Amino acid sequence: MKADDIKSRVVEIIRTVAPEVEAGEIRPDRPLRDQVDLDSMDWLRVIVAVHEKLRVDIPEKDYAKLRTLDDWALYLQPKLERTAG
Amino acid sequence: MIEFKLPSMGADMDEGKLLEWRVKPGDPVKKGDVVAVVDTTKAAVDVESWQEGTMHEQLVGVGETVPVGTVIATFLEPGESAQGVAKRAKPPTAAAAAPAPAPPAAPAPPVEPVAAAGRKPVSPAARARAKELRVDVETIAGTGLQGAVTIEDVEKAAAAPKTGADRAAQMRKAIGAAMSRSKREIPHYYLQEPVPMARAVEWLARENEKRPVTERLLMGVLQVKAVARALAKAPELNGFWTDGAFRPSAAIHVGVAISIRQGGLIAPAIHDVERKGLDELMRDLTDLVARARAGSLRSSEMSDPTITVTNLGETGVESVLGVIYPPQVALVGFGRIDVRPWVEDGTVKPVSMTMASLSADHRASDGIRGARFLAELRERLQHPEEL
Repeated sequence: MKADDIKSRVVEIIRTVAPEVEAGEIRPDRPLRDQVDLDSMDWLRVIVAVHEKLRVDIPEKDYAKLRTLDDWALYLQPKLERTAG
Repeated sequence: MIEFKLPSMGADMDEGKLLEWRVKPGDPVKKGDVVAVVDTTKAAVDVESWQEGTMHEQLVGVGETVPVGTVIATFLEPGESAQGVAKRAKPPTAAAAAPAPAPPAAPAPPVEPVAAAGRKPVSPAARARAKELRVDVETIAGTGLQGAVTIEDVEKAAAAPKTGADRAAQMRKAIGAAMSRSKREIPHYYLQEPVPMARAVEWLARENEKRPVTERLLMGVLQVKAVARALAKAPELNGFWTDGAFRPSAAIHVGVAISIRQGGLIAPAIHDVERKGLDELMRDLTDLVARARAGSLRSSEMSDPTITVTNLGETGVESVLGVIYPPQVALVGFGRIDVRPWVEDGTVKPVSMTMASLSADHRASDGIRGARFLAELRERLQHPEEL
């Protein structure tokens, strides 16, 4: 999956938790939680949805690596390639 | 015969609009069954039965708004037959009922003749119906002669689902009324206690590392459980102040403050927290947050909280001194978890901390009991494995 596709999948998932977010509104290089109102329960719902929809497990210690949408793409790309291969 | 009344759904909800009957006349009703769905300012609430019987008569129609306490249906008691039970007159709708004192600054609009100068043409009958159904005629598009608002227009508007903005505005008003009442009637006292969180944070990280993503726990669950455990040492913080006296509750139903994305907040109960393990509490909390945000709660969840916990620290504040939600007598707040300097044995070291706070009703308890509660809460959070 290309980085841009990953980002739009992640935004789609975030929108299931925070429906008020407009897809084009999120700056990929800025911290997500500054742009979208996500508390720890919302965040966990996003992580669970990524697990269910993209089949990727994200250990809690990796949460800190997922600050921006760009971070998400960087983090998920190798994992998704592994699954696809 | 059993009179089934619209139950109280919290201090900031004094009326409800019937959206749907879930039980028909002749249907059996068990305790806990959903009898009707009622729209409140905060959510569509599933009204549960607290009695067993058979639905006899529905006394309120879909779309009607009635005050809390109105008899909305009658049930036959087990063994009772429908013969010999008289039908009842329907109760008046909210607007016609005696209570609900209107603020003096807002007199009822006078009934205007159709097409009064500069005003929307509304037939007197439509205006009266709008008052009955509590719809603002000025917001309705008329389909009658010269754009006049007709009775049908009013009824259609009353039946239409509330928009997000309507609901947000009404919720703001309802919260304002409940919190004003709280500050007017409840002599609050406030206490704060810094609580070291290193053990809880480490325990949670270790625990979540072992768990699949779908079974991970949140710190909020540990905090809610710790509050319930600590209440064993301070029962005068758990219960209700009603009719001039404190009524303690044996069960601990913790109201958790949940913010609504369109604005406002709601604090429905997780029931029997003292009897549940962390996994069950996590499932309950996840379900409750999802339903609160979707606007679908049960009447018992709205009326049962015996104490409220708010975790405003999530948004980054250091501490929160909350306003008690009547008729409860206490509210516990948690600030954000931060690494702060902490002095132990004469040396300063960095420690994860949170500021726990208690707002409590001085009619029901004294500061010394509150202090004991916070000390116990701090202690419970030092032993997360025992929660």
